[in-house]
Amino acid sequence: MALDTLVDPLFRVPFFTGLVLAPLAALLGTWLRLREEWLAAMAYAQVAAAGGVLGAVLNLALVPAALAIAAVAAVVKGLAARAGNDHFALFMLLGWGLTLLVAANSAHGEMVGRALLDGQLYFTGPGHLWAGATLLALTLALLPWLAPRLLLSRFFPEHFAANGLPAWRHKLVFDLLVVMVVALTTTAVGVMATFALVFIPPWIAFALARGWRPVMVWSALLALGAYLIAFAGAILLDQPFGPVLTLVLASLAVLRLARRARNAT
Amino acid sequence: MSRYLLECEGLVAGYDQPVVGPLDLRIAPGEVVGVFGPNGAGKSTLLRAIAGTARIFAGVCRRRPGLRVALQRQQAVRPEELPLTGADIARVVGANPAKAPPEVKALLHPRLDRLSGGQFQLVQVWSVLAGPAELVLLDEPTNNLDPAVKARLTSLLRTVGEGRGIVVISHEHDFLDMACTRVVEIA
Repeated sequence: MALDTLVDPLFRVPFFTGLVLAPLAALLGTWLRLREEWLAAMAYAQVAAAGGVLGAVLNLALVPAALAIAAVAAVVKGLAARAGNDHFALFMLLGWGLTLLVAANSAHGEMVGRALLDGQLYFTGPGHLWAGATLLALTLALLPWLAPRLLLSRFFPEHFAANGLPAWRHKLVFDLLVVMVVALTTTAVGVMATFALVFIPPWIAFALARGWRPVMVWSALLALGAYLIAFAGAILLDQPFGPVLTLVLASLAVLRLARRARNAT
Repeated sequence: MSRYLLECEGLVAGYDQPVVGPLDLRIAPGEVVGVFGPNGAGKSTLLRAIAGTARIFAGVCRRRPGLRVALQRQQAVRPEELPLTGADIARVVGANPAKAPPEVKALLHPRLDRLSGGQFQLVQVWSVLAGPAELVLLDEPTNNLDPAVKARLTSLLRTVGEGRGIVVISHEHDFLDMACTRVVEIA
């Protein structure tokens, strides 16, 4: 009976939504890790959750509200023009506090807050899927333009100033892309599972792969594999999806630990 | 139009306060100009002023219009875990890994975090030299290099194309004498 559930048309749209978002989140996670901004995932996810809860209280649609608030955080981060994780830690704390506070003072907000923290993939609809597919297409279209600029910014930080070129454009585009993907993923799989998708596959890929393209491919494939296992596992075992995905991803850490142990010998 | 790639006149540069200058510096195509001076003389600040990342207090630095500039900084960005290869870095700056000399080519395939400090430095310096920039600024490129690699770097600098100029900062006068077409000293 559980196997029948796995192929139930009811889960088809949620399945494809996650199938699109999981590798996409991990792909952007590789860039965040390269930029040493991996905490961004947690920060934007938490801010998006706060936006979703606020939206629920104000009778706004959840996904646009989450995206809008997270986008504001990205613009603030862009204006601050600072590298590193400090501001992300602040966003994370503000988002967490706001989410719980608003949720505690509204029955609807509490329900949405709970859903955002736990993940509600099975309740996502075609809108989620289309938004995810659009972001995937946008990312793949922008990556050939973004990638060389992001790499130059990382390894030759003076390049843009030295050549009188604007660096803010690609940085802002990247930040907004990350925000949109993280916020949408948060509304689909929850805060912690989103953080796990953005953080763990790149963390492992950085240890396993040689070369930048292989790192991105490894990262996306690890996320995809973990997602497929978690989706089937959560349905077959009748468990909430977000925690299952987070635990499957966390268990992949043995791959990194094994590689590092092999390198040490 | 000026025959120079770069002309600095009466340049005084620094950050909160002036650090270097006033000085004049002209770089013509085909030149490899060494800048020598003691620690704290402002050599790196001079490069940053040329690159536009240090403040110019007085004087002027004129570039040939459309000039492409590459700067190899003294402290290269090198995170502890770095899965990129030298070929990735070369492509980033527009260099063709297939055209690398054999001793560099061998370093373009391992992960960058597997290279020694000197090997990493050689990959970075070769990459900016093999890139399309007409003016290449190198800040202490001999850091971490053993004598053999230093000799290789010297010959790389000697093969600068006719349309390009290189400014090399170093505290090693012997290296500058061997690698450069002329050496400028700043106090």
